Amino acid sequence: MDALHVSYDDLIPNNVNLSGDRRLQRALEAWHPGYIDWWKTMGPEGFMDSEVYLRTAVSVEPKGWAKFGYVKMPEYRWGILLAPQEEDRKIPFGQHKGEPAWQEVPGEYRSMLRRLIVIQGDTEPASVEQQRHLGKTCPSLYDLRNLFQVNVEEGRHLWAMVYLLQKHFGRDGREEAEALLTRRSGDADRPRLLGAFNEATPDWLSFFMFTYFTDRDGKMQLEALAQSGFDPLSRTTRFMLTEEAHHMFVGESGISRIVQRTCEAMKAAGIEDPYEIDKVRALGVIDLPTLQKKANFHYAVTLDLFGAEVSTNAANAFNAGLKGRFQETKIEDDHQLVNETYPVLRHEGGGFKMVDEPALSALNARLRDDYERDAAGGVKRWNKVIQKIGIDFTLELPHVAFNRQVGTFSDLQATPAGEIVSEAEWEKRQGEWLPAKDDLAYIDSLMQPVNEPGGYADWIASPKVGIDGKPGDFEYVKIYG
Amino acid sequence: MSAPLRQHLIDPEICIRCNTCEETCPINAVTHNEDNYVVDAAICNACLDCISPCPTGAIDNWRTVREPYSLEEQFEWDELPEQEELELDAGGDTEEAREEEVQDLLDQAHAGAGGQVRPPASAAKPSINLYSRSEPALATVAGNFRITQQDSQSDIRHIVLDFGNQSFPVLEGQSIGVIPPGVDARGRPHHVRLYSVASPRDGERPNHNNLSLTVKREVTQVDGVEHPGVASSYLCDLKKGDQVQVTGPFGNSFLMPNDPEAKIIMICTGTGSAPFRAMTERRRRRRRRESEGEILLFFGARTPAELPYFGPLMKLPDSLIVKELCFSRLADKPKEYVQDRMLKRTEAVAALLKDTRTHVYICGLKGMESGVKEALESICRGEGLDWQSLSAEMRDTGRFHVETY
Repeated sequence: MDALHVSYDDLIPNNVNLSGDRRLQRALEAWHPGYIDWWKTMGPEGFMDSEVYLRTAVSVEPKGWAKFGYVKMPEYRWGILLAPQEEDRKIPFGQHKGEPAWQEVPGEYRSMLRRLIVIQGDTEPASVEQQRHLGKTCPSLYDLRNLFQVNVEEGRHLWAMVYLLQKHFGRDGREEAEALLTRRSGDADRPRLLGAFNEATPDWLSFFMFTYFTDRDGKMQLEALAQSGFDPLSRTTRFMLTEEAHHMFVGESGISRIVQRTCEAMKAAGIEDPYEIDKVRALGVIDLPTLQKKANFHYAVTLDLFGAEVSTNAANAFNAGLKGRFQETKIEDDHQLVNETYPVLRHEGGGFKMVDEPALSALNARLRDDYERDAAGGVKRWNKVIQKIGIDFTLELPHVAFNRQVGTFSDLQATPAGEIVSEAEWEKRQGEWLPAKDDLAYIDSLMQPVNEPGGYADWIASPKVGIDGKPGDFEYVKIYG
Repeated sequence: MSAPLRQHLIDPEICIRCNTCEETCPINAVTHNEDNYVVDAAICNACLDCISPCPTGAIDNWRTVREPYSLEEQFEWDELPEQEELELDAGGDTEEAREEEVQDLLDQAHAGAGGQVRPPASAAKPSINLYSRSEPALATVAGNFRITQQDSQSDIRHIVLDFGNQSFPVLEGQSIGVIPPGVDARGRPHHVRLYSVASPRDGERPNHNNLSLTVKREVTQVDGVEHPGVASSYLCDLKKGDQVQVTGPFGNSFLMPNDPEAKIIMICTGTGSAPFRAMTERRRRRRRRESEGEILLFFGARTPAELPYFGPLMKLPDSLIVKELCFSRLADKPKEYVQDRMLKRTEAVAALLKDTRTHVYICGLKGMESGVKEALESICRGEGLDWQSLSAEMRDTGRFHVETY
């Protein structure tokens, strides 16, 4: 077996020559039963015996990493897969720029690096926990399968981070790996580390919004870590990104199909005004203003994940060569940012203005800006669907200051249009911008499972193409029991 | 007029701009603007590396075009354009049907692979559909030689066609169409017939604009009366200097790997050897060292006298190609078919099947398929492998190919 092929002979499929490292193998094998326990108790509820048409990575070569077949989720082969090693790779940024990339943890950055890995690792099982009840209300077997694919790949991403902790961080790495299995999303005593990962994902609209907006934060973070001077982290996250793309797909196409269905139903019923909410809801589809409110909520919660706009931690991680910028190697500058500045949006004198900050300190703001551009792309596509069907409505990303709990805008209230308002005004009007109880109750009322092959719930259109080129009535999940 | 091109495109309605294709492309043929991810036709060599990692299926779209869509055009798209009707095919309804007929012939020939077949990862990019019935190429016969012994029952010909100043690029494994002149008993033009090219891409004679075919004179017996095959008799009777109407080239999956390290198992009977002669000759001409990927050939015929290219084949060294020739009509020996010989070489075949560099090709009469597959299944079973899943995997990675007729 060479480094490009996964060794399926081992308990843990991998392309990191695990069998050649007895100590690590034993550590991972010891962790594995706890992981399976966690999956069975906190993974998708009620589907442990179902046969799911999933893709499994069998190698990291472009032609080998997506093998499709039916598998029971607890028997999924969660592996450890690193993108192929780049020869003579150099640290691409920071004060060590140009030095050979580290293959072992640099002692001076040990705790900083461990923290980065633990935070990334903690989000992976968290989202599985958040989504564990969704299977019961799936709008189709196609969507159910996509949910489970996302789930098992989040599970694999946890494995990937645990590998780094156990391989490179000794005893405290092992302890952190254990702790990743003991925290629980939304648990009052042992919550997951980041706020958005303690929010519930109660319905499929939330799920699609979450995979579109919040998993996209994951993508940006992984992109930044993929630049890392610590080569094992870079290689691990580079391969994770190829899987993350599927999660982006589930979110973007999920919302797009909901938008399409709503607009088509409105057109067929002769409803021109998207704000005739009762009439639209009478058709059994989700009205566009409610979709806008849901997008407002998920976007704002996700922006909080980027942390404070100006941050010493981010500066240190960059300077140390541990966490770069989005597509670092494609940026044309000195990659050290010693004397550079970056414009950051600030709240000043009742309005907003750009303020130049030292670029090194403003890395969180920069990554958030990159995220904003990335997230805007899908919204543009959704609007094309609306236009094409001929409804007069435009979905928009809310202003970055809207409904924020973290960072410079957390001490003010702003409308989605970016108008600063008083607390009283906010209290009075927030139901216009964020989903209200009756909105959520309506969405909840639509969540009835559709389990026959080829069937779709009335509030969502069928996809344009099947997974792995499968036909429309393909049985993506054989549910049983 | 420039030759048509099969252009790789990304469906902007399905694409989610995840950048996976751009990241995956080994030669940077994929780029993007704020709206769309697009493929540069001037760079893309259709290696298909980007196909399987794409999470959406948006990546797997193709259009045959005279002029490739520019990057700027693609950046503007909200949806993919329809396949335009090319002038080449615009000869009225009957012409359309004729070209569909070619596709049908190819589909039937490749059906034995059991699913959508991809070309080998390292295959060169083929040109296809350059010439059609309404606009055929006109080839001149440069030679017509019998390659089975005069006294054998089987009349198999090696026919060399020269294309003069017409561009007719082919790759090993591709086919061309031949249109016999005249009309059939009901006054309709004859159907097109497909023949595998038996010479490598640089010509029957290196750097000549020619190619060769391996053609067997077909005779069917009906109620004791011999009916000569229309196309095969026409071809076998051609004289040097005669002109032939040719269409094609056709075929974009049954191609050889360019990778010199790739290993090849060839399994054929009779004129099914044509593509393998082309591939072997390509390897022979390009050979640099002894240790390049091995070729293992299983070749069946009734007798040595009826085995096409028997003499030249025997001269090729084992270091280039290991030849397992088997005969079903030897007076003093029991009948032996290719599948029998494969089972006798279980160890060698199994070792190759386990190697992810190995490509398997089957070519010949439809009748050979089941026996060969049973042999492969049996060889796999003995090694704890499952031919069903292995062949599917090989097919998906462009390493399992069937062309039978």
